[in-house]
Amino acid sequence: MTWDIATLLTVSGLQISSIYLLTGLGLVLIFSVTRVIFVPFGDISVFAAITLAGFEAKQVPGTIPLVAAIVVFALVVEVTSRVRRREWRVIPKAVLYWGVLPLVPCGLAWLVGHFGAPAEVQIAASILLVVPVAPALARIALQPIADASVLVLLIVSLALEFVTSGVALLFFGPDGFRTQPLVPGSITLPGGIPLDMQVVLMICVAIIISGLFYLAFQKTTMGKALRATAVNRVGARLVGIRPARASTLAFLAASLLAGFIGVLISPVTTLYYDSGFLIGLKAFVAALIGGLVSYPGTAIGALFVGIFESFASFYSGALKDAIVFGLLIPILIIRSILIVTHEEDPEELDQ
Amino acid sequence: MSTPMLEIGDLHVRYGLVEAVRGVTVTLEAGQIVSVIGPNGAGKTTLLSAAMGLLPSEGVLRFEGADLRRLDVEARVENGLCLVPETRELFGDLSVADNLQLGAYSKHLSRGALRNRLEAVYTRFPRLKERSGQAAATLSGGERQMLAVGRALMAGPRLLMLDEPSLGLAPLIVKEILSIVRGLRDDGVSILLVEQNARAALESSDYGYVLETGEIALSGDSKSLATDERVQATYLGGATAKAS
Amino acid sequence: MSRAAPLLASVIVALFIALFPLVSGRFMVSLFNEIGIAALVALGLVLLTGVGGAVSFGQAAFVGIAAYATGWLTLTEIPSPWLGLLLALALTFVISLIIGMATLRLAGHFLALSTLAWGIAIPIVFGNVAALGRFSGLADIPAAHLGSLSLASPYRMYYLIWIVVGLSLLFSFNLLRSRTGRAIRGLRGGNTLLASVGANAYWTRVWLFVIAALLAALAGWLYAHTNRFISPSPFDLHASIDYLLMAILGGLGSLFGSVLGAGVVHLLQNELQNILPLFTQYAAQLDAVVVAAIFILLLHFARAGVMGYVLRLYHRWPQPLPTFQPGRNQLVQPLAARPKPEQGKQLLAARGVVKRFGGLIAVNDVSFEVNAGEIVGLIGPNGAGKSTMFNLLTRTLPMSAGHVEFLQQDISKLRQLDVARLGVARTFQHVKLRPRMSLIDNVAMGAYARGRAGMMRAGLRLNRKEEEQIMEEARAQLERVGLVQRAYERAGSLPLGTQRILEIARALTADPVLLLLDEPAAGLRKAEKHALADLLRKLRDDGITILLVEHDMDFVMNLVDRLVVMSFGSKLAEGTPAAVRADAKVQAAYLGSST
Repeated sequence: MTWDIATLLTVSGLQISSIYLLTGLGLVLIFSVTRVIFVPFGDISVFAAITLAGFEAKQVPGTIPLVAAIVVFALVVEVTSRVRRREWRVIPKAVLYWGVLPLVPCGLAWLVGHFGAPAEVQIAASILLVVPVAPALARIALQPIADASVLVLLIVSLALEFVTSGVALLFFGPDGFRTQPLVPGSITLPGGIPLDMQVVLMICVAIIISGLFYLAFQKTTMGKALRATAVNRVGARLVGIRPARASTLAFLAASLLAGFIGVLISPVTTLYYDSGFLIGLKAFVAALIGGLVSYPGTAIGALFVGIFESFASFYSGALKDAIVFGLLIPILIIRSILIVTHEEDPEELDQ
Repeated sequence: MSTPMLEIGDLHVRYGLVEAVRGVTVTLEAGQIVSVIGPNGAGKTTLLSAAMGLLPSEGVLRFEGADLRRLDVEARVENGLCLVPETRELFGDLSVADNLQLGAYSKHLSRGALRNRLEAVYTRFPRLKERSGQAAATLSGGERQMLAVGRALMAGPRLLMLDEPSLGLAPLIVKEILSIVRGLRDDGVSILLVEQNARAALESSDYGYVLETGEIALSGDSKSLATDERVQATYLGGATAKAS
Repeated sequence: MSRAAPLLASVIVALFIALFPLVSGRFMVSLFNEIGIAALVALGLVLLTGVGGAVSFGQAAFVGIAAYATGWLTLTEIPSPWLGLLLALALTFVISLIIGMATLRLAGHFLALSTLAWGIAIPIVFGNVAALGRFSGLADIPAAHLGSLSLASPYRMYYLIWIVVGLSLLFSFNLLRSRTGRAIRGLRGGNTLLASVGANAYWTRVWLFVIAALLAALAGWLYAHTNRFISPSPFDLHASIDYLLMAILGGLGSLFGSVLGAGVVHLLQNELQNILPLFTQYAAQLDAVVVAAIFILLLHFARAGVMGYVLRLYHRWPQPLPTFQPGRNQLVQPLAARPKPEQGKQLLAARGVVKRFGGLIAVNDVSFEVNAGEIVGLIGPNGAGKSTMFNLLTRTLPMSAGHVEFLQQDISKLRQLDVARLGVARTFQHVKLRPRMSLIDNVAMGAYARGRAGMMRAGLRLNRKEEEQIMEEARAQLERVGLVQRAYERAGSLPLGTQRILEIARALTADPVLLLLDEPAAGLRKAEKHALADLLRKLRDDGITILLVEHDMDFVMNLVDRLVVMSFGSKLAEGTPAAVRADAKVQAAYLGSST
């Protein structure tokens, strides 16, 4: 391998890393607050990308009815549970928060698709459209069993991913798609290596969003409340933070991140209906380096996995995924040696 | 007679098949410190957890005349009922200041009101001000207990339930904490105090209950309980023991 | 009589399976072949996940390894499926042993995620190796022969498959009713519980993992020689999830659930394959969606699975539980007992023991001794460090400084399970029992270190004599603590106080020299406390030394020979009950210092 190739692979690795970084942050956010390992995360990015591709093709994207359907389903679940507990008075509020507000982005996206809009608006509408998806999916499939063990939640989350990617196939078909670069052109690195501006943008956006993410968690009351819920759920309840509300907020923030990831990745990678699964799982490998709870650890993990994958694909494009997942086992073993965990209460699957 | 601040009547709490609290009745009038003492496993913590809504229970639970059982834990906090649990349940990774700030989460205070309340807690616990930037997990046992009480005070409770504030603390610190607890009462916060440290609890309280195997074995005003032979027997065994 | 109904049900099912091909067509027989093969994999998951508590998202990969092993061997090297079976089992054994050893120290979801990793990675490898036919797979794999009898026909394969399923069920059933089987069933109680009876949770889990993988390998071999064609996709993550679904749908709590689950899922998928193409061109993918949706519904509403319902119905009928005649069964030779040290000899010595948790000193330079034949009480206010001290003495926790001697041997560096094997048995402050196991099975767990039979011998029922001895010992100890009449009830149905007594019986089954009891009287009523005190005195008279932590002072003062008092992690006083009671420092610590 020459020096040039190594540099090229590193740059492409950084680009992949930026995606895993943002995905990893979302996954860690969700896991720490809700104990859910949210496998469908990558699918939400794909939804955003498909939406943008639809706008660019001057169509009303198929994601709009899909998101609307998910939202309505979640609304039905929410209202049913309220009715069952005879909480009649909160139903109007539930309809507002779980029905009306989440449908606003759908309407917005429909307007953009129908009448056309500048690229910036298209991008914003694509990101906004997917914001209700994670909270709604969680309301449907995860919140009713929020007290179950991490393992049960993981299995449900995995099954949920099969549902979302399968439904995505029905809605969008098996063809791949790509969107226009957000910024055209390229620059040349010292040594004559060309670098697309899109790649520079991805890396910059990843850094900026991570920074904002950090600030939001350190400085705002909501951010602190989310961290508090992650650290100690009983403690959070004792100061009046409702874990269910904190969970929804975490899913909402993660969904927004997923939207950003979708529009960033679609100009550089051809996406398919099932691409989200692998993006999500590889980001897990990154997040696991931080033990699924550490944001800096996830950042380091993302950097490592991205560059590793880039070099692995140089040696064998077909086996790169196997190599990246194979990497997880030594990572977990090293972690288990380095970090002495307290004995957890045994998890019961069937209770 | 006026409505009591807290009314626990014939309360039963079950863990699966095991009944940890069996028909307990406890009443607390506004402005009182009431203590519940008893040996390990008597059901003291279970009683408080049920009163807070952390555990489901059967029986009467009223706070200022209103039925508590319709409210979840968070709504009870909003209504002025706070618990400092035996396990403290602090936010270990967050700073002392952040822990305190979140204590007022349910009140949605303005920035200024929040600062005032924070200052009031710092005045009561100067040690916490010194440590305000430190993560809660790095505090010593006594400081943790202060932070737990301080965090509860941030919510402006009318009734504060303290579960074993003396647990694992050196006698001097226990004294300090209990004198703060008495100070709170003088400032209008009613207190339900659960303790294993019987003498300290009875010295600080107006009325006391002795809980044994999930049932109230004795109750009475704290002074008379403190000299009761049966209380001594429970704690040192053999009714012959005399307190020095 | 309680065994009659399950036995009858098994015979009926076996008869149905045996006669089924006589009355049904080739298609249904092939479908039942698939069900039987899948049931083997699901059975492995019931053992691993349902009983052992470790989730695997990669079981299909083991099916694939075995299928490809036999496929490759029979196509390119030696056309003998029986050699293929050997290779398949050997390869799966080695790979699962390596993966298991590498990952089974991980807990809970980390373990599950690691299985996801190899569950994805291994099928990708199948699809990219030229010798394995890449994504087009291996075709024309030879059929198996029994002597001159070809097993090419699905009807003949049917019997081979279902005989293997039947034997595997029997093996698993035997395994769970054995010394190692009780350890497997104890896995979900945590490593500490198993180590306290001298069992190694890690290796128990590894061997269980290997057994589950070998069951998957049997399925893989059968699959390769039934279908005679293999490609990567039946071994991918989706397939692994399907197997997990089968295990949970059938009922993780029941071995037979694997067969039911496999049956329901396959019949359902068969129906979906008929219906879905009417609606969409993506029938295969939609099939996966429907199956996943069912999985979610199942975990929301019916985690006990089909067998959960069946068993609940069955338990509605009042069951006469077997009872025992009092006294030792003379026909069973008792397990060998440990020699007891002579009275008064120093048994246990703690010397300058220190334990720090971060900045907190939980135990601060504590020294004391326990002599053979004594009952010693360790008392102190809440948070004094008594339970921590217990954990240090038994090596449940590592100590920060100091050392502990047992029978003049330094045990501070030993593992917890080795200390247990030396004859130190204990109970726990927070009771560690398996609530869904019967009292006698819980107690028999205590005899782990007194038996030798491994998993293979247990599965093949070669452990009959030892098993009889262990069960007789468990029965005798239950009788000793007065619970023998409830031997077959579930441990979880006992009141908390009685559960503590059950833990004492479990500790006694280990034939201990030293018994450490953590708050044995908590939660007992007066009369029960008296009975417990009498029992402990009798144990002392039988040569067992006892160290106990207890809060009920009446109970302690009237029972113990000597007391050690701890406060804030340090030793406050030591001496006879009367001396300790008169000690001013102790009074201050207990009643609170006077202001």
